[in-house]
Amino acid sequence: MPEINRRKFLIASVGAGAAGLLTGVVSCSVADLEKAREQAKLPDDAGVLVIVTLYGGNDGLSTVIPFTDNAYYDARPELAYAPQEVLPLDARLGLNPALTGLHQLWGERKLAIVQGVTYPKPDRSHFRSMDIWQTASPTEPVSTGWIGRWLDATGDDPLRAINIGAVLPVMAVGDKQTASALARDSSPMPDQVADALTALGTDESDDKKSMSAIRTAYRSSRTFGQALTPVLAHGNPAVTLDPNVGGLTFTPQKDGENPLSTQLNVVSTCIKAAVPTRVYMVALGGFDTHADERGPQQDLLAVVDQALTPFLRDMSSDEHGKDVVVMVYSEFGRRVAANASQGTDHGTAGPVLLAGAPVKGGFYGEPPSLTDLDDGDLKGSTDFRDVYHELLVHTINTDPVPAIGPGRREIGFLA
Amino acid sequence: MTTQSPDWIAAARLLRRTGFGTTGPRVDAVTGQDWSVYLDRLLNADPEADPGARATPMPVVPSVPPYPWKEGEDLSEAQTEWNKQVDQQMLDLAGWWVSRMAAVHEPIHEKLTLIWHNHFATSATKVRFSTYMGVQNQKLRTMKLGDFRELAYAMLTDAAMLSWLDGKDNVASSPNENLSREFMELFALGHGNGYSETDVKEGARALTGWTVQRDGRTSMLDENHDGRTKTVLGRSGNMDAAQFCDAVLNHPYSARYVAGRLWQQLASDTPPTPQTLDRLVTAYGPGRDLKALTKAILTDPEFVTGTSINGPVEWLMGVVRTLGFSIDTAELAYAALDILTNLGQKPFHPPDVAGWPRGRAWVSTASLASQMGAAGQLANNGDLSTIEDAGVDDRIDAAGYLIGVGAWSDSTVEGLKPFVREPQRLFTVAVNSPEYLTT
Repeated sequence: MPEINRRKFLIASVGAGAAGLLTGVVSCSVADLEKAREQAKLPDDAGVLVIVTLYGGNDGLSTVIPFTDNAYYDARPELAYAPQEVLPLDARLGLNPALTGLHQLWGERKLAIVQGVTYPKPDRSHFRSMDIWQTASPTEPVSTGWIGRWLDATGDDPLRAINIGAVLPVMAVGDKQTASALARDSSPMPDQVADALTALGTDESDDKKSMSAIRTAYRSSRTFGQALTPVLAHGNPAVTLDPNVGGLTFTPQKDGENPLSTQLNVVSTCIKAAVPTRVYMVALGGFDTHADERGPQQDLLAVVDQALTPFLRDMSSDEHGKDVVVMVYSEFGRRVAANASQGTDHGTAGPVLLAGAPVKGGFYGEPPSLTDLDDGDLKGSTDFRDVYHELLVHTINTDPVPAIGPGRREIGFLA
Repeated sequence: MTTQSPDWIAAARLLRRTGFGTTGPRVDAVTGQDWSVYLDRLLNADPEADPGARATPMPVVPSVPPYPWKEGEDLSEAQTEWNKQVDQQMLDLAGWWVSRMAAVHEPIHEKLTLIWHNHFATSATKVRFSTYMGVQNQKLRTMKLGDFRELAYAMLTDAAMLSWLDGKDNVASSPNENLSREFMELFALGHGNGYSETDVKEGARALTGWTVQRDGRTSMLDENHDGRTKTVLGRSGNMDAAQFCDAVLNHPYSARYVAGRLWQQLASDTPPTPQTLDRLVTAYGPGRDLKALTKAILTDPEFVTGTSINGPVEWLMGVVRTLGFSIDTAELAYAALDILTNLGQKPFHPPDVAGWPRGRAWVSTASLASQMGAAGQLANNGDLSTIEDAGVDDRIDAAGYLIGVGAWSDSTVEGLKPFVREPQRLFTVAVNSPEYLTT
């Protein structure tokens, strides 16, 4: 074997210092938000969906708390929240004490809570259940996600959907198209090298499927970069984004940064610049709370609340932000009874939260009984695909069938 | 453009799948060799005897430093120091691995260790201690070609794993299902593959009582172990971790699951055909022989037609090795880890117990841009003499030869042409071509 000539590589502090936002692959010497506004095409009154995925299985009963139900206190003697701790929504249900901002939005009728959301034959595996939610295919595993299939069905504009984070969740992956992605960048590309992308992005008849996936992404990169560079190069978006924003384990951010705010700030910048994106995907991990659940879950819900509330307030006064709908979901709720370690194990149905100016606040779906259980688990009554259906029809304004199949019904949480 | 022979292209695929990138001269050396003989030599070699491995010994932290705590005393400063020290030790370990991957002459053992790290995915984000993660890494590298039963049992009773999946909190009075569930679902049997929720719960009881010492050794404490009868997958008795392991591995679906998962990491993003899977399970055999399985995957007739989208570690370490870099300072290791963090695949930090994603998940506008940027910086100082020494008309072929790509598509050639007088940019685009981002 020939001895390799070992060399040193010198990297000028990759990722450090100049860490701006990744803006595709086009050099970004001009930072001009006004120019971006001229280029942007988000039509007036076009709905924008922001999907917040909570990885790990958020405990629904500690999020929307049945604080007058004796069965709740019987099932969770140590873990339950006392009536005086919860933020009341009505005479029966209250929010986790960490969700103060969302509680205010509830009072303003801008928070909808769909109760008992699930799917047939609930699966207690994090990975399978999250796959089911993201692929919208409860019966058999498929390789494409519901947003990905919408992208497949509606052309090839790479600006339609943006995932925050370099690694795409299956939700964002279609058979041919995928969402674009934003993540921390290390260096802008010289224009000349960016030109090479146009050539690399040209399909060939004998390309293997894996190669054509890369060519598609190159084609997207060029358009995406040109549209996003002026938007994100503006101002000071010196943020760090964890590419594994999901995960079951929570990764605390440096300097106490709110990891969800970091992502939503990028979304907010794009929406205000009228980037013609209809779906944004952000995520927070760490909800797998098997032991000593109360403190950690409350901290995580505080992260959600402290990120979502200012985002929604900010959006409500923006000409495009007023069309934003946020959906918050997790792969399952947890078992009704606490375990012996003051935590909860993998369960079934949970609440889905929807917020934003177009949302009609209030409760939707049947509240699950805490006594009529399925082997210790809540019996859900609303299929998550009905939530998607309404968002596809009213927020994204598209035919829902390619994304989630036929036969779904509206719930009514959108005005 | 000239195209290499089918044998050369097949040898390049073998080298790229079993390593991190490759180079033309290495492909030349393997082309025409009997793969069986070649693989026997590599797989039977002592990985620690590799000169690159000898030059990069693992930084061992013999024991987790004791946490500064005393009743009624404010030790917050010492506690901050402890946190810093623990995190630095883990960073050193992650940095060591990338330096090792760059240094070894024969990368197959590092690649297989990475693959098994992904199979038994354990993250330092929760475990934190380099003592535990280092001990686990040693087990993976020494057992990855042995009896799967030994590896699986070692993982069930491993300090990092017991911390990661709450096994050390799993006691008779309060069983925790996490390790039992993931062992069946992800490590040894496959989701929904012939086990029930009851098997998960009973299995958890079999696994009760394990405790972890500061030096990474583990043991079972009788007083915390559930000594009553359990029934797992139809077997009953006062089962312990070893009997639980056997019950799961003896399930008729286990061999197919283990073989199929290794195939998808080593050979192709798509699952093996039934015929291939039969061949693999035969090689694995009753002895659960991972060396025979590994070799059967790499020599299967369908291996050469598989396709994989390369993960970030494969890609970055491939570029680093091809350019002839060594990662022998902390700064260089941090730079490499930083790139891998941006791309979502920092060693020792998989996102969850299911491991890193594969396939399309790795291809995004963000990852392509990061890779383009990183390659551009790396190319500035790397050894590009293979390209530089070629005539301008031959440089696209030379770039392919340098990185082990035996045939360029027309569109990629069009993308490369503008840079034949700029070897660094030619290389940058070449290692970001669809031909190099897939194997």
